[in-house]
Amino acid sequence: MIEKIKLLINDKKREFEVDLEEPLLYILREDANLYGPKYGCGMGQCGACMVLVDGRAQPSCLLTCGNLHEAKIKTIEGLAKNGNPHPLQEAFFEVQAAQCGYCLNGMLISAVSLLEENPSPSISEIKEALNRVLCRCGTHSRFIKAVQLASEKSQNA
Amino acid sequence: MTSPNSPNSSRRSFLKNTGQLLIGFNLLPLTFCQSKSEILDGGISSGSQVRSSMGSDIIDSWIRLDAEGKVTVLTGKMELGQGIRTALMQMAAEELDVNMDIVTIINGDTGQTADEGYTAGSGTIERSGASIRKAAAEAKFFMVNMASEKWDESPENLSVKNGLIQSKNGKHKISYWELLDGKFLEGKVTGNAPLKNPKDHTLVGKGILREDIRKMAQGEAFFVHDLRLPEMVHARVLRPPSYGSILIDLDKESVLALPGVLKLVVDGRFIAVIAKREYQAIKALEFLKSAAKWQTEPLSPQQADLFSEMKKKSLPPQQVEEAKHINTIIGNSPQILEATYLRPYQMHASAGPSCAVAEWKDGKLTVWTPTQGVYPLRSTLSDFLGIDTKDIRCIGLPGSGCYGHNGADDVSADAAFIARSFPGKPVRVQWMREDEHAWEPYGSAMLLKLKAGLDASGKITGWDCGIWSDTHSTRPGGKAGHFIAARHLEKPFEFQPGGFSGGSYRNSSPLYNIPSKNIVLHNYKGPLRTSALRGLGAYGNIFALESFMDELANLAAIDPFEFRIKNLDNPRAIEVIKTLKSKCNWENRDQSGRVGYGLAFAQYKNSASYFAVVAEIHKSPTGGKFRLHKLTGVIDSGQCINPDGLKNQTEGGMIQSASWTIMEAVQYDANGITSKDWNSYPIMRTNDVPEVEVHIIDRPKEKPLGAGEAAQGPVAAAIVNALSSLLDKRVYELPLKDYFV
Repeated sequence: MIEKIKLLINDKKREFEVDLEEPLLYILREDANLYGPKYGCGMGQCGACMVLVDGRAQPSCLLTCGNLHEAKIKTIEGLAKNGNPHPLQEAFFEVQAAQCGYCLNGMLISAVSLLEENPSPSISEIKEALNRVLCRCGTHSRFIKAVQLASEKSQNA
Repeated sequence: MTSPNSPNSSRRSFLKNTGQLLIGFNLLPLTFCQSKSEILDGGISSGSQVRSSMGSDIIDSWIRLDAEGKVTVLTGKMELGQGIRTALMQMAAEELDVNMDIVTIINGDTGQTADEGYTAGSGTIERSGASIRKAAAEAKFFMVNMASEKWDESPENLSVKNGLIQSKNGKHKISYWELLDGKFLEGKVTGNAPLKNPKDHTLVGKGILREDIRKMAQGEAFFVHDLRLPEMVHARVLRPPSYGSILIDLDKESVLALPGVLKLVVDGRFIAVIAKREYQAIKALEFLKSAAKWQTEPLSPQQADLFSEMKKKSLPPQQVEEAKHINTIIGNSPQILEATYLRPYQMHASAGPSCAVAEWKDGKLTVWTPTQGVYPLRSTLSDFLGIDTKDIRCIGLPGSGCYGHNGADDVSADAAFIARSFPGKPVRVQWMREDEHAWEPYGSAMLLKLKAGLDASGKITGWDCGIWSDTHSTRPGGKAGHFIAARHLEKPFEFQPGGFSGGSYRNSSPLYNIPSKNIVLHNYKGPLRTSALRGLGAYGNIFALESFMDELANLAAIDPFEFRIKNLDNPRAIEVIKTLKSKCNWENRDQSGRVGYGLAFAQYKNSASYFAVVAEIHKSPTGGKFRLHKLTGVIDSGQCINPDGLKNQTEGGMIQSASWTIMEAVQYDANGITSKDWNSYPIMRTNDVPEVEVHIIDRPKEKPLGAGEAAQGPVAAAIVNALSSLLDKRVYELPLKDYFV
């Protein structure tokens, strides 16, 4: 069924006329021109499409628009504040935490969600938070390092 | 960014506005192509002029200096996540004597770059890098000589810093760009230009950070998946349930009635739907699944019978390396060992399903593709669609990491075929997860049979190796039958395997100093589609060879490090192994019985990087299972261009190989592939990844060696060796999942 829905995406009010069954992922990529969230499996198994919904990382391929009215969505594009990249974006670059980079969105969004809740996580907590996101290049050790780095920096700030 | 070296702005606008000069001058296309995000915004199709490669022997095919004071490097090789863009820019900037921040790069584009075949076999730095380095040196040589003539100064009295040529007496200075004044560097790469002495390198050897990672971290459009062109439409392809399925019936009408559906393309058993929105195409695909009736030809042999069938039904053997009287040589040895190793079908399993965009306009085709080879793709599309290669342009854009021949070429063929039936609008095709899992060509299952003899001192006397394998390369090198789409048409293109490749016996010949080596390959046409997966046959061959070396060391009762060193005479191989021994603190290893260690070594292809690795496995406190705790590797890639890039690639290869080795095997039954998603084909996730540590032996005076596939084989054997040391028995078959937590 086609209906109008209102979303707050990266702090901007947006309205879309959509099929209520359509997952958020396609609205973001096709209507909001936000390409950070990626299609990976469409089944919530890989996390390539992660976004923050009310601050928590969730795969956008499973979030149907009908259930999202007036939800607060943040994507990787909306993480910068006052033109400055998010500390995790800096850390991912500094640690060079990517090879092909397809999973980077999911890793980074999951890390943002983790540090919001737990600013100084242990390694096993970091691993657990990133475990939902699948990386095929084998960059895992760098993702873990990047989260540690961002966490340390925020503690010292 | 504008360089202080750029010609003045009036000159620039003059060049921009003068038609003839524009064609002769590379200003527009190059500044245009500097930013991938500009391309991704769709600008590249706006008709801006692009200059084709004039052949690999011309400087301009590799290095261009534009009117904006920038340097553009061109490579026929693709960025697949290996970080080659940065490494190649480093090599060019080094020889040209310019700063990195004015250098950009264009990867694989038949409209612009040289034909460098496939980005494969860890060959980019060895080949494209060497060409770019020579062309950059030649460009500098040429321009310094130009300045020398202009000022009547000897070239020895001139120096270059960030593209500014200066005379040592301080009288003259001019930038490369002012000097060229809009001209191309159309001279040949003669090879007369001297390359820099490695001791003077300031960029090569530095861990310069990949700027593309910054872009990705900020969510900038980067992948072919993110390309958005005006009026673009979306398509999905309905693949048959299995390789041999025949279409019996299809309810076309009701599909066409679905919202947003623009067209159904049906030719034989190739079925695609085009829709306005991506989600509409996906919904239509779901509908098509129930609207199509198939008759499926069962896959044979069944998985349980695969290896016995492989031995029974292989083609006549092919002698790869021959040692006469090998049976006698081994038979007369004081100690003899024989073993058989099995490796299953494994998949590339790219994180992002393959995607491409194609546009058919006025009889010409443009394809934006994540292929590993834009030129081979173009020639194969020409065969497929029956149009001249000059009417096809393949523009390479980054895809999700492919690790070999995944769905990238097939999805490009899908997009091209669909676009032809829907001219005038760009068509974007992305595979669904199950398409990628079920239709990509897998790394072939292999059976490796080894036999060797040892003399009384622990030296290997003879080596006899039998390899059973399907092909490791079915890349589309001009023959349309290599595309799934072409094979599914009403009038199908026949798949012509074109002979089995050398990939099957890659690294089967030990680098060890063995007087008699006999290697026989038994080609086998198996039930599943196969092609190049990172390392090709080297993964299976090294798994077997280095497992066997461990068994031989045990038989000889010699420490595994010492045993390998004793049987080697290659000094770089020996140094890699010795370095690893000290880095992993071998002498002080835990010998409580709770921790297992395994060593393995190989020089990839016996000609690229040397890599040795120790795997450390811990016994889980409960349940008698094991956990991979740590991998420590040492790599010698000759002259290291970018140590952080080399480490990143090697760490990735180690973790990926650990995942293959412990967890992965493609599952199938009579009705087709059953590994169709991440639950039915699980790969290693963060909770299970080991700690990884990589040490580099840098050899600035040696030539750089390909590194991207060096870890795959040795890691498999190291894990098996570590596990076997804890089990007190040998494990001969991959994957090892039953033993791991």
